[in-house]
Formats: sequence, structure tokens, C-alpha cells
Amino acid sequence: MKSFSGKALRWEWRDGVVEVTLDREPANEIGTILLGELEQFVAAVKSFESETAVCIIHSAQKRGFSAGADLRELYRGAIALPEKERNAGVRSFVEKSHEIANAIDAAPFVTIAAVHGVCFGGGLELALACDIIIADKMARFAFPELRLGLIPGFGGIPRLKRDLGNAFVRDLLLTGRSVNAARAQTVGLVAQLAGEGEALKVARATAAQITKFDATTRAVAKKFIKPIPYAELKQEVEIFCGLFARPAVLAALKKFVESTDAMPYLP
Amino acid sequence: MRTLDQTTQEVVDLASKHFNVPAGSLAPSDDFFKKLGIDSLQALELLSRLENHFGIELPDYEVQGVSDFRTLAERIQSRL
Repeated sequence: MKSFSGKALRWEWRDGVVEVTLDREPANEIGTILLGELEQFVAAVKSFESETAVCIIHSAQKRGFSAGADLRELYRGAIALPEKERNAGVRSFVEKSHEIANAIDAAPFVTIAAVHGVCFGGGLELALACDIIIADKMARFAFPELRLGLIPGFGGIPRLKRDLGNAFVRDLLLTGRSVNAARAQTVGLVAQLAGEGEALKVARATAAQITKFDATTRAVAKKFIKPIPYAELKQEVEIFCGLFARPAVLAALKKFVESTDAMPYLP
Repeated sequence: MRTLDQTTQEVVDLASKHFNVPAGSLAPSDDFFKKLGIDSLQALELLSRLENHFGIELPDYEVQGVSDFRTLAERIQSRL
């Protein structure tokens, strides 16, 4: 049976389409559990990738696709360790996230992110590893990392640069602002807009179309049109880890975790 | 061109509908976080709803610190 049900996600393969459902309260924050189960999925899907035409990643959480990295877990894990071990732990976490995103990016089948609600930080990076983003018109996208003194660390910048004009990449990154689905579609981040609550349905219809095509041609076409920026991705890990080692980052994480501000998610 | 009063009323109406709160219970000067009992992610939902309705983009940093309907409407008005 090609299915799995874990603490943070579940997946099920049916008729050439595997659906991955992110489902961790409150908003699919990416911590060790979700990342670990994504890693398990990436390993498991290898055994049936030749029978798989499409993978749809979506969320069962009402608030959105994913609010990004689990900053509370990151902060608590970081302060519990001496500086050297802390930096090594963060590097290990970031490298694992890159391995997973790279595997999704390079998968021989087509990957679709069906997005609703918030798609921030690491959540956006996961969506960006996919071939097609289909967004509910109420979805919002952001890279708020700079407010913590960081850059996106799960491969966000190289993948955003690969897909979009640099002017928008700078706007999104350097202001930390969130953009709505219509704007995201205008700049080319979102491929298809769906009505409210309809992103998964639209993704399934898209998957049904994709499954009609020859698997070899599909895989060759994907590889040709979607080169993976490995050198920049490696550079991103180094920059992220270098920035994370600064005391200012821990201070910013502490401020976020302890914030009673009504809008801590807003940069 | 909408007047500020019209924009404010539309903001109140949209918030009322989105969060299922009687429109009559909301006033332009109300703190919408307290009155609607919403958190930051729900505030972003409202932002998307407003942007879609008014056909504008309202960067988050322009509404940071804004907590009442009237001031929110002023920010929207400047983008119309």
C-alpha cells in the first residue's frame, strides 16, 4: 500500500498521482517533525517514481500552506546548546531541508503546490521547489526572514531568481512584505489562480491533464526547462549559516518568540 | 472616487462578513484585533480580502501598527 500517515503530514498514491497533505497545527510550521516526514516521503517515493506522474503538495490546515520554519523550535533548540553545537545543528537542519527541496525539484514526475492562506518563508521555499504553484485567490506569499537578520535558508532565493525577474525578487526579499495571489500570478510566481477553497480541486484537474502525457517526454522536458541552481543553493547555505552565527539573530528570534505584538508575522 | 467614509464602511462590511460578526456591532474607531478577536494570520486574511475587493496592493508595512477600521481605510484610500 502506497500511503503514509505521520504526525505532520500524510500521503497517498492513487492512479499515478501522489497527494501529500501537510497537517500540523497551527500552520504547518516546518520543524524537525515535518522536515523528517518530508524526508521519509522523498525516500519512499523513489521506489514508485516510475509509476508516478504527478505529486500534489497541499495543506489541511485552515490557516494556509505553511507559515514557514518553526521559529519557536529553532529558538528553543538553539539556546539549549553551546554556540559551536548550535551552529552545527542549524547547518544540519538547513542542509537536510536543501536535500529534500532538491529531491522534489529534481523529481522525474511533475510536482504541484496547491496553496491557500499563508505561504511564508520555508513554506514558500517548499512551494518553489515544485514545478507549478496553484493558488487560492486568498493566498499570501512572503519571505520575512530579513526581520530576523537572516535570509531564506531552504533554497528560496536561488529558486525565486530562477523563476522570476530580479526586481520582484529584491522587492519581496528586501522589504519582507507579503503579496497576494493576484500579484504573485502577475509576476509569474503563481501559475494558476483558483477560487477560494478550490486550489486542491484545480490541482487535481491539472494533474489529470498531466498524466495523459508520455512519462519520458515529461521528465526530459522538465529537466530541460527547470535547471537546478546547485552552486547558488550551496552558497545560500553558507550565507545563512554565517548570518545565523551572529548574536543578533538569536536576539531577534527571542523577540519573535516572546512577542505579544498582535502581528508578529508582519515584518 | 470613494470618499473616506465610503471606504471605511466597505472595510467594516468586509470584516463583518469575513469574520461573521454583525456589521452593526462594529464602529470605525474600533480596534479590530480586540473587537473581532483575531490574530496576525487572520489579519492577513483580512488584508487579502481588502486587496481583492479594492483591487489594490497594500504592503504590510503600511498597516503595521494600524488597529482601527478608520485608519485602515485611510491607508487603503491612499492606494485607490
